[in-house]
Amino acid sequence: MIGLAHFLTVSALLFAMGVLAILLKRNAIGVLMGIELILNAAGINFVAFSHFLGGLEGQVITLFIIILAAAEAAVALAIVFSIYHNFQTINVDQVDRLKG
Amino acid sequence: MLLSDLKLFAPELVVAGLLLGVLILALKPRSWSFYASTCLAGLALALVALAALAALPAQSYFSSMVVHDPFALFCRAFFLAATMLAILLTLRSRELCGPGAGEFYLLLLAVLLGMMLLAGSNHLLMVYLSLELVSVPSYLLAGFLKRERASSEASLKYVIYGALSTGVMLYGLSLLYGLSGSGSFEALRRHFSGSSFDPGLVGLALVMALAGFGYKISSAPFHFWAPDVYEGAPTAFTAFLSVGPKAAGFAVLVRFLFSSLTSQPGPTGTLLPLSPWPTLIAILAALTMFVGNIAALVQHNMKRLLAYSSIAHAGYMLMAVCLVSVTGLQAMLFYFIAYAIMNLGVFLVVIVIANATGSEEIATYQGLWVRAPYLVAAMGLFLLSLAGIPPLVGFVGKFYLFKAAIAGQLYWLAVVAVINSAISLYYYVYVLRVMFIDPGGELTPLRPPAVHTAVLAVLVVLTVALGIFYGPLDSITRASAHLLGS
Repeated sequence: MIGLAHFLTVSALLFAMGVLAILLKRNAIGVLMGIELILNAAGINFVAFSHFLGGLEGQVITLFIIILAAAEAAVALAIVFSIYHNFQTINVDQVDRLKG
Repeated sequence: MLLSDLKLFAPELVVAGLLLGVLILALKPRSWSFYASTCLAGLALALVALAALAALPAQSYFSSMVVHDPFALFCRAFFLAATMLAILLTLRSRELCGPGAGEFYLLLLAVLLGMMLLAGSNHLLMVYLSLELVSVPSYLLAGFLKRERASSEASLKYVIYGALSTGVMLYGLSLLYGLSGSGSFEALRRHFSGSSFDPGLVGLALVMALAGFGYKISSAPFHFWAPDVYEGAPTAFTAFLSVGPKAAGFAVLVRFLFSSLTSQPGPTGTLLPLSPWPTLIAILAALTMFVGNIAALVQHNMKRLLAYSSIAHAGYMLMAVCLVSVTGLQAMLFYFIAYAIMNLGVFLVVIVIANATGSEEIATYQGLWVRAPYLVAAMGLFLLSLAGIPPLVGFVGKFYLFKAAIAGQLYWLAVVAVINSAISLYYYVYVLRVMFIDPGGELTPLRPPAVHTAVLAVLVVLTVALGIFYGPLDSITRASAHLLGS
């Protein structure tokens, strides 16, 4: 029988993978994918809690998360595009003019 | 039911209408000053709509998603005023004169709408939505100068740090939802004041949620984005960022902690935290003050120095949050105003100088005293106010904070704050020394445009006048330091 704990384990793993991707990936697109993983981990939590505790609140929240994740991704990709235009690379380690 | 709720939402509706109006106007290219005056007129209308709400009793609306109370009213008025000042800062700027004026003000209004919603958020979903409404347009505004490498780098760093922090926060909020079974602050408070709960899990959820709030107010250890973003972004937007969204972050942090993790006031009016969060916030406050002030000592770029200074000021304001008292809240609201006046003043001087010299390096400020004595005198006044020298408004703000900390018997934190004020004096005076004493080669007089002179004059008068006659502000902030249900 699949219970709440199984869903929480999956979301915790997804969250950890997202954080690792952000820390280890040097490609800006890879970093953004890590962020998506974190948002989806939170989404799974909301849906799982909503199902096992009753009520629809969690599922509604997840719908909002999906929409905002898309909006955020669109903005982030536009920014990566402008980075590529200015630096001819999307390696986040080579974008380091501002220091101190 | 819904229609009467809309009445409470009128200021936000005006801002949203203005936003749509700007969107339509932006179909044709128009000048920066055209949009600025349109926005100023619209925001003045929103202020009037807000003033009409002042007499209404505190209540929640939109199915308890948003609340109307003195605290939210004060914050919304503050955000409107701060945005109007920031719009004045965008005029006659060297950076902001190219195409895309409509888009700039459109995004700025979206951030304002998000800030106003943040002040009244009463549900985890509202917190997340309005925080994103503040953040996402901010990423674009930081990278608004898309031909400049610094600006696009600033926006990349901002979007990565920002999205990570809000993602971690959202995960923490999902755990809070799972613990209480509802996202509303009332349900959270019921849950935490009733049955036994796992303090470890609540602590974990709280720390994760703090990542999002901490990033918004640029508190250590979530501050790493701030120096780079402040330096790379257009200066007028940096000024706005250091005042508006930071205060919005404080407003939502206070509402979240006071409405969901604090007991309802007892017969004596004392508030009791339901988990040891004040200790956590106190440690963050001390850490933030030290990180900001010590890193500011070695800066060569004025905007970077102001970034670290704004981190340090976030530390002072956090001190007010961890007191869990009305006195603390009042001190925080007073500091919002004081900080906005002096910080926008400093940034305006930085804009004027950069318009003339094209640089924000402190080394290029040498000998400015000869070129623009009034400008440099104004800068000196703002910097001394930031350092907390009497009789300026920054001193009164700090005095309220320290007094509240001592009244709350948080003596060690008050001592830390005093030590930090002393450290901060060093780097503020260092900038003054460069401008007043160091000789410079250039001697041609530097004349700021009329609009800048007028705004500067108003800010100088406010810095001095509110430092001496702080009575009215005292009564306003005292009346505003009340949240619905606490």
